[in-house]
Amino acid sequence: MSCGAKKDVSRRDFLRSGAALATMQLAPGVTLMAFGGSEAQAAADAGKRWGLLIDASKCAPDCNACITACQDENGWKGSGNAETDVQWIRKVTLKDKSSGRETSLPVMCQHCESPPCVDVCPTGASFKRKDGIVLVDKHICIGCRYCMMACPFKARSFVHEHVTNQKTHAPRGIGTVESCTLCVHRVDEGRIPACVEACEATGHGAMVFGDLLDPESEISRRLAEYPSVALRPDLDLNPGVRYREI
Amino acid sequence: MRASLLIAGLIAMLASAVWAEGQGGLGPVIPEATGKAHPEGNDYMRRWHMSMMRHDRDVTMYEGKRDQNASLGGCFECHAAKDETGTPVTYADARHFCRSCHDFVAVRVDCFDCHRSTPEGVEEPPAHAALGGVLSPSLGADVGALVAYLGAWEVGQ
Repeated sequence: MSCGAKKDVSRRDFLRSGAALATMQLAPGVTLMAFGGSEAQAAADAGKRWGLLIDASKCAPDCNACITACQDENGWKGSGNAETDVQWIRKVTLKDKSSGRETSLPVMCQHCESPPCVDVCPTGASFKRKDGIVLVDKHICIGCRYCMMACPFKARSFVHEHVTNQKTHAPRGIGTVESCTLCVHRVDEGRIPACVEACEATGHGAMVFGDLLDPESEISRRLAEYPSVALRPDLDLNPGVRYREI
Repeated sequence: MRASLLIAGLIAMLASAVWAEGQGGLGPVIPEATGKAHPEGNDYMRRWHMSMMRHDRDVTMYEGKRDQNASLGGCFECHAAKDETGTPVTYADARHFCRSCHDFVAVRVDCFDCHRSTPEGVEEPPAHAALGGVLSPSLGADVGALVAYLGAWEVGQ
């Protein structure tokens, strides 16, 4: 499996470096055609692992720009019923009982390296892309919600109600489970997730997005520079989302 | 035997003539599309559109290649059937492009439980949601009506 993935990468790299259109004769009468292209035509790359670094000390308690940006980008919203409303990202307040100090931070799918939601999924709908982004294939999700029980971060939601006016890039509907996609449609275009962009726009700059495998990326440099933690490190899931100052 | 063959042949000829025209008669009424015709031809699209979309959806979702030729969103760039006011209709409307054939063959596709059935920017009214599920549109839209319906059924038994 991993061998096959490697082959794909090298073939794509080869196509990118070469002509715009390449054809490959697989068997008599069967021709594989592939369009090579610019960096803008990016795709899931096994050589990358996307992650987030969230600095809780910079996250303002009264700010929810990341949440509204996520709602606008992916087209989910509350219907006023807190028990069944979906939440792709939420603000969590931690309180140190002895000192009374409060910390505010956003929590979303942690995009684990060993995701429990993928382990338990009976249909294979819950999956991890080769660049580390954990997604739900809603075409084969049966809505059993086993992943919701398995997730230690309560990151997944079940869609209880009929949905209209979905975004073309973020299909979502009744009877399936969903969660943060790390704005995979933007990442594939070389852009950053909507929450990170919104956080930057407010001036807080509490979120950094980048490739954890690239030692030169800003996220990797910051992770090397100062201490950070994963949520529930005891579970050894190696999440792609890490926190500072919590 | 010969007569029944003759009749079957006659029906097939009629059906194919109607299908070739694509409008009225025994076949479904297929809304006019804008844009260029598919280079593959309409017969190819009728036979293979579902396979094209299924293949490309997997390539998009698992491999992140988002410059695919076949996509549901792409269909509606040309195949957005419009109502009297010139607004593209949703899947809740029997004139919707996908429904024109799928209704004819009595198949309810569930693509539009998750995917929008209009081009981006064209509002889908709440009535569209009522179409989902096995309930009738009026019952699906209104939980109160459903409860009343079930209550009445219980009393009736």
